[in-house]
Amino acid sequence: MNDKFTLGGREFTSRFILGSGKYSLSLVQAAIEHAGAQIITLSVRRANTKEQENIMDYIPEGVTLLPNTSGARDAKEAVRIARLARELGCGSFVKIEIMRDTKYLLPDNQETIKATEQLASEGFTVLPYMYPDLNVARDLVKAGAAAVMPLGAPIGSNKGLATADFIQILIDEIELPIIVDAGIGAPSQACRAMEMGAAAIMANTALATSGDVPRMARAFKLAIEAGRQAYLAGLGRVLSRGAAASDPLTGFLH
Amino acid sequence: MVKVNGEEKDAAGKTVAEYVESAGFNVARVVVEINETIVPKGKYAETTLRDGDSVEIVCFMGGG
Repeated sequence: MNDKFTLGGREFTSRFILGSGKYSLSLVQAAIEHAGAQIITLSVRRANTKEQENIMDYIPEGVTLLPNTSGARDAKEAVRIARLARELGCGSFVKIEIMRDTKYLLPDNQETIKATEQLASEGFTVLPYMYPDLNVARDLVKAGAAAVMPLGAPIGSNKGLATADFIQILIDEIELPIIVDAGIGAPSQACRAMEMGAAAIMANTALATSGDVPRMARAFKLAIEAGRQAYLAGLGRVLSRGAAASDPLTGFLH
Repeated sequence: MVKVNGEEKDAAGKTVAEYVESAGFNVARVVVEINETIVPKGKYAETTLRDGDSVEIVCFMGGG
């Protein structure tokens, strides 16, 4: 089935964007394989001379890297981190992540718009992580974003789609791919977001804190595919009252 | 002294190429920034660290 989505001129068949944080490098490769992921997120951090192993040694060829700007507190810092990431020589995709608040780790939507505009003008493929707000999403479209990444719940909380109604508004009103990021804690939640019409799902902590990272990666893959197929098929209607028989009502025992 | 990743180092006068190698960084996996300006890889040998410079040497790590 030809069901692809496009970001930055690249076509993807997998709709699972895999995070690589908080689990061991030795599991990264297996997680990517089990997830069937074609995009993986990374962070940019100070290098040290003690660890000679680098995550890049564990990522198969052909997987698109999506560095984030975590650690940035404003647009200026996010732009600086994005430029460093691009200089590392692995393409020009960037996930903008700007937080002023360290308790709830909520994204700063206004600074995110500014950074999106700047980085898009520099040729980056910009995926901004944001709090789901329709006006902000429209501004991100204008600023040149390649997709919009609303949060489902606070980062790392595994609480699922706390913002479901607002994500649905973005899906319905915004032309760009809506990629649900943050808070997705279980495959069922990923499946639901895909049934709602999300273009893709990003998950990290749900896997990292699970009992078996590669197996959970596979569970997410299957759930995301199931949700996508359900969306494409169109869910059946819900009755507000009463029942409707699934069996023919005539011609038996009457 | 030169501040490298937040720590004072006796690196003034060395080129970026010399410092990165002697300190033991994995050259292929890092990017170097001096005073918030990125040093292109091709310029490591001709860029000299000066007293008071602030240097960041970063790489990719796991992240969401």
